[in-house]
Order: sequence, then structure tokens, then C-alpha cells
Amino acid sequence: MIFKAKVYVTLKESVLDPQGVAVANSLHTLGYKEVEDVRVGKYTTVTLKAENIDQATKSIEEMCDKLLANPVIEEYSFEIEEVI
Amino acid sequence: MKVGIIVYPGSNCDADAMHVSKEVMGFETDYIWHADKNFSKEYDLIIIPGGFSYGDYLRSGAIARFANIMEEVTKHANHGGFLLGICNGFQILLEANLLPGAMLRNNHLKFRCEYVNLRVENAQTPYTNKLEKGQIIKVPIAHMDGNYFADEKTIKELNDNNQIILRYVDEDGNVTKEANPNGALQNIAGIVNKKGNICGMMPHPERAAEDILGSKDGKLIFQSILSHWGDK
Repeated sequence: MIFKAKVYVTLKESVLDPQGVAVANSLHTLGYKEVEDVRVGKYTTVTLKAENIDQATKSIEEMCDKLLANPVIEEYSFEIEEVI
Repeated sequence: MKVGIIVYPGSNCDADAMHVSKEVMGFETDYIWHADKNFSKEYDLIIIPGGFSYGDYLRSGAIARFANIMEEVTKHANHGGFLLGICNGFQILLEANLLPGAMLRNNHLKFRCEYVNLRVENAQTPYTNKLEKGQIIKVPIAHMDGNYFADEKTIKELNDNNQIILRYVDEDGNVTKEANPNGALQNIAGIVNKKGNICGMMPHPERAAEDILGSKDGKLIFQSILSHWGDK
């Protein structure tokens, strides 16, 4: 079966996000005074073969831990769905 | 002394490192291709040079750390060999967990290429023994991701174990916010591992090893390594 995972990687809350701060400042300049915080992250899609959704989930978790996210500064979440 | 310089696709300070190692210092020096699985001989010092390995895709150093040669590099370091990561090389050592912490984008989001003042915090490492504690050296930086970060516990350990070897300072040697070119925690510019054989630094000593380049303070780093190696 083929699965597609949507992986979201963001800096941990405890880590200052300079890009997020710059975007928040820019939004304030545009008049969006209601903006309190912006965090910039990465969105990655991974299409993979797996026997079932549990196996696909396990693989994606491993990929996130090893490569897609750096656990020192980042955290991740993902959604998986079957495509075929 | 035998030196190996790892070359990745996107390395761009490999030739500078070669020039200083071979011509300025007179070391027997080879390039080592990232896709090789083994070293062709035993090296005393492995340098991971600056640049943009694998285009800095995903995160600086994130892909390079899985290059074939990294297993051999890790083995070399575990056996106590010298391992020096400069700029992108430092980022790769962090990604490979050979040194603690991580690099964030510079806090002002700009690429900075300029001379900085560095204060020597620990002059008793293989990389700084030709310097004096408190000495200020002038060495250039050139990076976008040099904003060193580690959790509180790690920063405390680095301080307690004297693992911070270089800090960004002003001309008088003061650690100030203004003298910090990238937002690095506690103005950290360079660290070593607990054992002291692995070193990572954002500044480029290989770009400042001859008078003609405006400073030869960087040469002191290479002379320190030679001195330590000679003492072994």
C-alpha cells in the first residue's frame, strides 16, 4: 500500500524563532495588531510504501527522529493517509 | 602530522584549509571524498571544512552527517583523533551529535561575513594551547546559521567543564550583545567535547593564517594542534 505523510517541523516553544519574530513584526507593520506570536516551520510530504498504516507511522517517526527534525531545537507532528 | 580534509558536494573552504595545512603549516594533507567508506591511511587530524554541504538543504549539516565517510570520521574521533569542524563543519559535528547543541539561523536573519574579535576562554585544549586565556584574536566569520543553541543543562555543562574555548567579544574583550554577530547563547563561537579532541568553531582560522590576509591569528589554532600532537 502507498501512504502519504504530511510532516510538520517547528522550532520548540523554548527556542527563539528569529524568522517568526520577523514575520510577526511585518504583520504588525501591515496593521495586524492582533498578532501575538508567529512560528515559522517546515512542511514536508513523504510518499512511502508500507504494509499497513502502523508500519508507515513507525517509519515516518524514525525518519523524523533521524533526519527530518533535529530534536535539540525542533519538534514534529505528522498526518498519514493511504493514497492507493 | 597527517591531515585529512573531508570534501562534500558544496564544501567551499576545503581548498583554503588545504592551503593552510599543506603550504603554511607543512602538514602532509589529503582531500577525502565524502562518498568514500574508509580512510586510505591513518590521520592525526581530520578537518571538516566550511561551505554549504548538500546545499544546506533541510538544515545546515543535516544531510552531510549521513555521508559514507562519517562512520570513519566518528571512529577516528572515538579513538581520540583530532577532529576540527569549521563553520559548516561545526554545524555537521552538531548534527552528528559529536558535539552538543544545535545551530539556529542568525538572529538578524542576515548572512554575516566580517572579522570578529574572539576571546580565548580555555587555553588548555589541543586547539588553543598556543594562545593565552583572555587573549583576543581577530578571525573572520562567514555564515547564516551561527546562532549556537543548547538547553540550559548543556550550557551549564559546557561552562563547568571549560568546553567553551572562544567567545565573541568587543575590542576590549567584553562579552556584549553588540559584539555577538549571530545571537549565539553566551556569545559562544567555539567549543570542544569533554575529552577535548573534537572542536567546532564558527570563525574561519584557515582564512586568517597569513599576514597578507589581514590577520594570522588563525594560524595559532593550527600551531596549537601541532604542538599538542608533538607532545603526545
